[in-house]
Amino acid sequence: MSLGPYASFIVTSYALVAAVVVLLIVWIIADYRRQQARLQELEASGVTRRSGRSTVDVR
Amino acid sequence: MTLTDLANPTRFLALTTRILPWLAGATTVLLAIGLYQSAMAPDDYQQGATVKIMFIHVPNAWLSMFVWGVMSVAALGTLVWRHPLADVAAKAAAPIGAAFTFLALVTGSLWGRPMWGTYWEWDARLTSVLILFLMYLGLIALWRSVEDPSRAARAAAILTLVGAINIPIIKFSVDWWNTLHQPASVFRMGGPTLDKAFLWPLLVMALAFSLLFITLHLAAMRNEILRRRVRSLQMMQASRVAFSSEVGAGSRDGHASNEIGAA
Repeated sequence: MSLGPYASFIVTSYALVAAVVVLLIVWIIADYRRQQARLQELEASGVTRRSGRSTVDVR
Repeated sequence: MTLTDLANPTRFLALTTRILPWLAGATTVLLAIGLYQSAMAPDDYQQGATVKIMFIHVPNAWLSMFVWGVMSVAALGTLVWRHPLADVAAKAAAPIGAAFTFLALVTGSLWGRPMWGTYWEWDARLTSVLILFLMYLGLIALWRSVEDPSRAARAAAILTLVGAINIPIIKFSVDWWNTLHQPASVFRMGGPTLDKAFLWPLLVMALAFSLLFITLHLAAMRNEILRRRVRSLQMMQASRVAFSSEVGAGSRDGHASNEIGAA
């Protein structure tokens, strides 16, 4: 597969899209873990939901 | 499961836990097929291999407008139907939409340099997409500047619906004004003008990026629901501390007055 004289433009485009998509995924996963950790901290300190269910219970 | 059932955040969280792995798997498979087809697609007779940029530029450009559409429906959900997850959906979509719009702008610019001889031109299509990107940033700033999510939701919903005017302007800008950008070649009266060798990889990539958006959006909505649980628990904790310190101060005062009375 030859990309011709403008290969740098094509490769840069694909690399940039890959980088931004990976960043989005990492950011969302890190945010999820951060919120879970905060909820567990609060639960450990004795603060619970009015329903009495675990703060991290999603079932 | 109906839309009303999903109004319950706990049920929504349970649903996302079940379907997110499947969505992520389907997105990965479709992206792999789309990338393979894009790599194998022939060179265009005029553009050469730079036509491969189309397979990532166009899905990002479509999604930049589609995400605003999703946020507009969510804005109606906030203002009209008062659905409890509507503003969660709107807030979670904004950064993802901003990322797709940024990618549409930059990949378009990188495609434009070899084809048009310039990275940027202040014409109707490019400028209206830049305005869309700035509106996404404005919405994100609005959500972050108001601490109470329910108060921010109404202002953000109004701004989103006002900004929706820009979507048909972007879509039809290539027909209404003279622009460097080519007119619509897929969604147009009379059918697509693209050859099937380019159309199929493009449609597969568009489907893959749409699934990517759905996956990321559901995951970001789950995060937002958890963030709001953290916020409400922190407020409960703060009010308990304030209450117990008030009670403590009250009992000390009572004890002191008893001592005075005893004296």
